[in-house]
Amino acid sequence: MSPPLSRTRRRLLAVGAVLLVLAGAVTWAVWPDDPDYRTQDARIAVRSGPNGDEPVDLDTRLFLPDGASATDKVPAVLLAHGFGGTKESTYADAEDLAGIGYAVLTWTARGFGRSGGQIHLDNPDYEVRDAQRLVDWLAARPEIRTDGPGDPRVGVVGSSYGGGLALLLAGQDPRIDAAVPMATWHDLPSAFLPESTGQGPVDGVFKKTWAGLFFGNGAGAGLGALGDSAGDPAAVAGALAGADPACGRFAADVCAAYQRIATTGRADQAAVDLLRRSSPATVLDRIKAPTLLVQGTADTLFPLSEADANARGIAATGTPVRVAWFTGGHDGGDGPQSDRDRIRFLMAQWLDHYVKGTGDTPSTSFTWSRITGFNALDRGVVTSGYSDPAYPGLGGTGTGTVTVTGPAQPVANPPAGNPAAISSLPGAGGGLSSFVNGVVTDLPGQHARFTSAPLDRPLDIVGSPTVQVRAASPTGEAVLFVKLYDVDPAGVATLSSGLVAPVRLTGLPAEIGAAQPVSVTLPAIVHRVEAGHTLRIAVATSDQAFATPAQPTVYTVAVPGDATAVTLPTVPGEPIASPQVIWRYVLVGLLAAIAVGLVVVVLVVRRRRNRHDTSVHPEYADVPLRVDGLRKVYGDFVAVDRVDFEVRRGQVVGLLGPNGAGKTTTLRVLMGLTKPTEGQVHVFGHPLVPGSPVLSRIGALVEGPGFLPHLSGLANLRAYWAATGRPEADAQLDRALEIAGLGESVHRRVKTYSHGMRQRLAIAQAMLGLPELLVLDEPTDGLDPPQIAEMRRVLKRYATDGRAVLVSSHLLAEVEQTCTHVVVVNKGAIVASGQVDEIVGESPSVQIEVSDAGAAAGVLGQLAGVHSVAVDGDRQLVVDTNGTARSEVVAELVRAGIGVERVVPRRRLEDAFLALVGESSSGSGDR
Amino acid sequence: MTTDVQAGAAPGYRAARTLPIRAEWRRQWSRARTRWALGLMVLLPLIILVAFQFDNGGDDNGGGEFGSLIDLATSGGLNFTLFCLYVSATFLLVVAVALFCGDTVASEAQWGSLRYLLAVPVPRARLVAVKLVVALGYSGLALLTLAGTALAVGTARYGWEPLRSTVANEIAPGAGLVRLLGILGYLAVVLLVVAGLAFLLSVSTDAPLGAVGGAVLLWILSSILDQITALGAVRDLLPTHYSTAWLGLLSTPAQFDDLVKGAISAVVYATLFWSLAFWRFARKDVTS
Repeated sequence: MSPPLSRTRRRLLAVGAVLLVLAGAVTWAVWPDDPDYRTQDARIAVRSGPNGDEPVDLDTRLFLPDGASATDKVPAVLLAHGFGGTKESTYADAEDLAGIGYAVLTWTARGFGRSGGQIHLDNPDYEVRDAQRLVDWLAARPEIRTDGPGDPRVGVVGSSYGGGLALLLAGQDPRIDAAVPMATWHDLPSAFLPESTGQGPVDGVFKKTWAGLFFGNGAGAGLGALGDSAGDPAAVAGALAGADPACGRFAADVCAAYQRIATTGRADQAAVDLLRRSSPATVLDRIKAPTLLVQGTADTLFPLSEADANARGIAATGTPVRVAWFTGGHDGGDGPQSDRDRIRFLMAQWLDHYVKGTGDTPSTSFTWSRITGFNALDRGVVTSGYSDPAYPGLGGTGTGTVTVTGPAQPVANPPAGNPAAISSLPGAGGGLSSFVNGVVTDLPGQHARFTSAPLDRPLDIVGSPTVQVRAASPTGEAVLFVKLYDVDPAGVATLSSGLVAPVRLTGLPAEIGAAQPVSVTLPAIVHRVEAGHTLRIAVATSDQAFATPAQPTVYTVAVPGDATAVTLPTVPGEPIASPQVIWRYVLVGLLAAIAVGLVVVVLVVRRRRNRHDTSVHPEYADVPLRVDGLRKVYGDFVAVDRVDFEVRRGQVVGLLGPNGAGKTTTLRVLMGLTKPTEGQVHVFGHPLVPGSPVLSRIGALVEGPGFLPHLSGLANLRAYWAATGRPEADAQLDRALEIAGLGESVHRRVKTYSHGMRQRLAIAQAMLGLPELLVLDEPTDGLDPPQIAEMRRVLKRYATDGRAVLVSSHLLAEVEQTCTHVVVVNKGAIVASGQVDEIVGESPSVQIEVSDAGAAAGVLGQLAGVHSVAVDGDRQLVVDTNGTARSEVVAELVRAGIGVERVVPRRRLEDAFLALVGESSSGSGDR
Repeated sequence: MTTDVQAGAAPGYRAARTLPIRAEWRRQWSRARTRWALGLMVLLPLIILVAFQFDNGGDDNGGGEFGSLIDLATSGGLNFTLFCLYVSATFLLVVAVALFCGDTVASEAQWGSLRYLLAVPVPRARLVAVKLVVALGYSGLALLTLAGTALAVGTARYGWEPLRSTVANEIAPGAGLVRLLGILGYLAVVLLVVAGLAFLLSVSTDAPLGAVGGAVLLWILSSILDQITALGAVRDLLPTHYSTAWLGLLSTPAQFDDLVKGAISAVVYATLFWSLAFWRFARKDVTS
């Protein structure tokens, strides 16, 4: 058996253990996970180009899940990065996919990073053919599952530029088993030159900011995407060697087309044809791979209409298509966590079924999300997910109409498009919140407004609203931007996702009266208009994100008949239970568990208390206090070794002992403040444990007074009695106050009291209710002699009518004068006990002071009755006369010629006590 | 054997009637610090109100979420109340709750009156329960006093206006008041952690200052750790992590997810601390 640990060491150990657990938890949370895949970097040389003979080096990385081998083959995923990125940009997604059992091949597209070649914008002859060669490469890998020779089991995943590649590859290469294109385009020329009345890109309005961003990105790709050597001027110079500074790594034809469009703000047919080659629109009818189309609602570059067109095109051939929208995109980023989780789940489900071949056929339900508020903690948006059994397109499953009114209004086209309204901040990198926090501005004089009445019920717009407008222009032409605002009662207007509908109107009359209505398809949005809000159609002449005519002109804008209906598609949708909802059940369950736990604890405690032995010890039923074999050990310090005594009715018992004898510890046990290590205490026959009701029959002063210092003496006594919960009349307050004898001071605050006053007040408090047993610890401490005398009388009187008093003291005289009985303790054990007069009664020993102690001892040694003679000092003798009369002893000494100076009779108690105190009363500490 | 749990008690004594809540309430009310703390809750909105009177509106006040709350503070009584809560939630209320819950047992131990209460005898579980209930009562009173005063003086000065915020549309005054009550409720729940911690320390020490200061210090420590994003998911376990989730109630529709998580976190911590406090106090040798 190991020795018991000390209290301090146990505490240190406990603290240490807690710290260890905390440190462990932190380490566990922060420690990077062991990857469950391995990666392999390789430069793969492929031959592409129109004739498949132009070599290019691609920088690739293959992620192989653990366990993938020639015998345990795994399906593969081609993971393409976005524009301006490299294979590094998709690292996290590749980890994810590898984690669920796919071999993932990521590569840097030609023209970017460390790959060779030039940017051809996902041209079927270049980027797409590169990807086909990578499919060949995968088929040759021994770890990759194949459907046939040269045909690996492979899906293609990509976002934006990578998403375009995914669709084009799926259309060009029948070996692709599934495609997950995200936030990508349908028709590249229309995406960069949109026109919302249905005209083609030749008449489109150039999205100059986005185009410029991309061009800058590609032209500088040699600089930005070199990775770790980007800071090395030599490496930069090397990468750009021979590159056209105007075009960077863009292929010459792409560069030239961009320059033509950017210069004029208009696209020629050649440029449109060039861009169209890079568009999935051309291959949709050939896509046989089931396709999951993911598109963002906060995307002014590739809005929802792009995915819609792709979905219709692919579905037309019977290929399974699923559409999911998330709150994010080129403007909104990855979106909130709930959306990311949903998209990740949909993608895994899609790939698992169509590539890996596990899991049920995914449904083709349409899921989307809507901003429902702000997250107070990370300041992001919070979205709620919805689903509908089938993808309804942008027209919704139902429609609402809201009429907007307003007169014809003149609007000015600013020269060179400056200043321009701001609807979105392309490339600002996603503060979704910016759409709500009001970066959107319309400039006065440059826009017309048509406003509805407040809505009487909320409207959930999911899709593309349409509206008819009329315009007149002195030049016969106008470029206008039509926007749908949600205006709250305070007048704050919200432009959902910053999306606008650019229109180029031609053949316009100069007078508004002659203008014909044209139907404008507004961008598809997911937006809830609350009841009480109004809708506003704004028609602006400029927008910072678009190229507008440089010529200053004043147009006139109107709606048909000064009031026209805005058609708003709606989809009711089933809310997707947010996984967060589970926490509400957790909370309810937790509260219920706590309630149940509380009830159980209360029941158990009550049951245990009821079971508690409340029988009365018959022998002690009338004994106020009986202590048997009491022992208290603190750690390895024995405070009380063994104490037995009793206090009977009518007795005033003194517990006498030097400081540190264990008196206070004994009293603490009596008060239920401390649990004894061993032994029993009975009060009127009831076993005493902490909190025993029988304690209410004991009044106590233990270890000095304890009062609320800010209250008066009287208020303290009242507060104490209030805490007992007993009737006020039982307190006998007047008697207690009389005993305290504080006079008017009883109304003063206790903190102003002297030590003695507090002591008296404490004794008065102990006497409140006249308890049957009074326990007082050093009651005369701090009292002056008259008060001590008075206190003695009080205590003696107190014990007269069947009550009992236990007084502890280290002063012999006090016990002698106050008590009827005494218990002498030292070092935690009883050394003497009995009636005071018995103990105090004369002892057979006598102290004699003589002229010559040695001679006297000799003389007394001769005496027959004298038992012992002790020499105490050279003139002191302690003589045990043992029955011999003192006079006889003195006479004998005198007879022998020894001078007797003094004869002092000794008392037993003194004998006992002085011997103890004499031994050592110092250093024993306070027990 | 008998089931009379009052066996041998003095006449009129019943364990369940000892230390009545009313008596403990008065015991605490008699203390100057109780009245000072509550007085401060009345004073703070008045001080803020006076400070706003001196605002010349010319200087910028930092902008951001906080700045906008200042800008909006004078737009109505509800917003003024919201502002008062915002500035006091992170420290003043924490100190007040720590004071009420940390001081209650430790100060009795320090005065030496705890042993006399136990010798009454007030059963230990009852003593702890009554002390806790009263301390929580005063904490709640402090919160309500602050909000009530702010609402009263704010409405008197700035009018009964809709609740405005930068994160959502304005909320009609009636609905705004409900949101405000929700915020108060959530703050109360979050502060349960402080209450639990302070109370646990209170039964563990005879130094009231140690209990109050310790609770506040640990709260601040947790807030600091919560700022360190590198700790990742560990932060979610910090008791202060969700302490500002009530801002979600300003959004339309109100965001409850973080509030629910915050409530779970607070309830778990508070239950843990209180259980420990009960367990400890029921077993400890009272030596002071």
